[in-house]
Amino acid sequence: MSAREEVLARVRAALGGADPSPVHVDRAYRARRAVPEGADAVALFAERVADYRASVTRCAAADLERTVAHAVGDARRVLVPEGLGLEVPGALEDTGLDAAALDAVDVVVTRAALGIAETGTIVLTHGPGQGRRAITLVPDHHVCVLEEHQVVPGVVDAVAALDPARPQTWVSGPSATSDIELDRVEGVHGPRRLHVLLVAT
Amino acid sequence: MGRTFVGMPPFPVAAQAALADTTLRRNLAHATATIRAKRAGVVAEVEDWEDLRVQAAAVKDATLDHLGEHLLTLEASLTARGVRVHWARDAAEACRLVGDIALGHGLEEVVKVKSMTTAEIGLNEALAERGVAAWETDLAELIVQLGEDLPSHILVPAIHRGRAEIREIFRARMAAAGRPAPADLSDEPAELAAAARLHLREKFLRARMAVSGANFAVAESGTLVVVESEGNGRMCLTLPEVLVSVVGIEKVVPTWEDLDLFLRLLPRSSTGERMNPYTSTWSGVTPGDGPQEVHVVLLDNGRTRALAEREGRQVLRCIRCSACLNVCPVYERVGGHAYGSVYPGPIGAILNPLLHGVGSDPATDALPYASTLCGACAQVCPVGIDIPGLLVRERVAVVDAHRRDPRPKAEALAMRAGAWGLGDARRMGLAERASGLVGRLPLGRRMPGGRRGLSWLPFPGSRWTGARDLPAPPRESFRQWWSRTGRDEGHRP
Repeated sequence: MSAREEVLARVRAALGGADPSPVHVDRAYRARRAVPEGADAVALFAERVADYRASVTRCAAADLERTVAHAVGDARRVLVPEGLGLEVPGALEDTGLDAAALDAVDVVVTRAALGIAETGTIVLTHGPGQGRRAITLVPDHHVCVLEEHQVVPGVVDAVAALDPARPQTWVSGPSATSDIELDRVEGVHGPRRLHVLLVAT
Repeated sequence: MGRTFVGMPPFPVAAQAALADTTLRRNLAHATATIRAKRAGVVAEVEDWEDLRVQAAAVKDATLDHLGEHLLTLEASLTARGVRVHWARDAAEACRLVGDIALGHGLEEVVKVKSMTTAEIGLNEALAERGVAAWETDLAELIVQLGEDLPSHILVPAIHRGRAEIREIFRARMAAAGRPAPADLSDEPAELAAAARLHLREKFLRARMAVSGANFAVAESGTLVVVESEGNGRMCLTLPEVLVSVVGIEKVVPTWEDLDLFLRLLPRSSTGERMNPYTSTWSGVTPGDGPQEVHVVLLDNGRTRALAEREGRQVLRCIRCSACLNVCPVYERVGGHAYGSVYPGPIGAILNPLLHGVGSDPATDALPYASTLCGACAQVCPVGIDIPGLLVRERVAVVDAHRRDPRPKAEALAMRAGAWGLGDARRMGLAERASGLVGRLPLGRRMPGGRRGLSWLPFPGSRWTGARDLPAPPRESFRQWWSRTGRDEGHRP
């Protein structure tokens, strides 16, 4: 018997012949709002992103390119994905740089698929404007542009809106570890600096 | 200490050594108190927390009831997304599969995402035997690996190490594994983390194959999920050409939407954060992005054994958050090594016996006793596993497994003697008179409340008085008092 057949046979044997009484899952939790009625989801999102010691800058749409330029600062090697739809001075568009070349990039500017107010999370689905996974991972500084209308209240709303066929990266603050005496340190392997630009819409 | 009580030896022996280590106790008390407070804070933010726990338990139970169908769906979805799916009956088979893939590519090293499942199957050791170095990339796993140490916590395997010890490990051992630690390395956590970043970066950039586990595997979409903090997981899941994920068959959830429970419950229970820094999800191969050769090894290794236990099955709900370790008064004092397993603490004390069975390995048989049954673990478990109830059930299983032992245990002999004495009024009277005589001897010292206590008894009673006082027996039993004071004196209602 192959391992596959044997494991499946063990599963069937373990569960026995009789149909178990069905277990009921009550999905009422999906209807509950993750953000209290009347509270401002965008403000909560900004507050909770900042709680992770990421930087948050709110700006008007008209000021976006200026805000991006400011966030990038005097970084020399700036990378952007295809389809960013923003003018970033001096930026190089990703053409499939290898890992070593990405390691030499100072800052990467991308967009995101959505933001989650409940947890201060941004979600990347790595399509146009967001780039493949490696470009927001290897460089040490990630500037992420999110429009206010992209902020959803809760994890429930985010899961419902996202397509699992796309690879996803959920980012909540900069890379961090608590492995030494449970003392939180920001910045291990992922970007040590995360800067979210929240654009009014 | 011998095998006195049924199945008790290994944990008690190891626990005594751990309790004598004051540094360990200080490290653990500090770490568990910190994480308990963080967890309590973020759990209190979620108003319907209790409901989420109940529904998550229901999703897991419903999935396990139809596990075979969900596994077939998962296999089909993964295959459709370009994944090569393998099945492994046990640890050895899983290790062989991973080794074959590495050697098939002519590789001498792989990078690893922190994974309980690969620790459970002893993958690193198995790969080393075949000449493949497996580099741990999680900071705590790196500390454990460089220190040639054992993990002591599910989430923070190096929780027993303080910063000064970590600095010494890095300075002494990093050079042999790759880039050495900076000569002027201090014991500041930020500096230690930076040293690990530099040490591992060269490994990430050159790695051609990574090995991971998965926190969840979505049957319907063929999606794997890895929840992490440092970004080492993302590095491994993104940069190499080949990715192999070893996934226990209990990790399957039916639909993508089911994650809306677990992604809320897990981070708050585990690290005490609203959300962990990074969660990666991928459904097989994405052209032009990440590994282009993706394997999944679906692992049994005792899970179907646990599945066959009607009550014990619920242990397969476990999402490895480690909340039960952090609240456990036993774990907090002895740490993880005393449990002798990569799964320590309350969950390990039921998971190991349920995965591997009881009656053959004394260390496993000891685990269900490593608990005060206080129930704190059950209160924090995000998937509502009745850990104390299962601990009691496994104690029963251990006792049952030893009923036919040729040499009865002292406890069994004592119980049999007790049954003989208590089973007959005359024998019981004699025993009471004997104990009354002992009670008249001017032994022991006054205990609070006025009664005398014996703090020392000759062997085998010393086994009891080594750790506790024995109240001195009363001078007179109830029946002696009854006959002395006269049967007719009592007031009948």
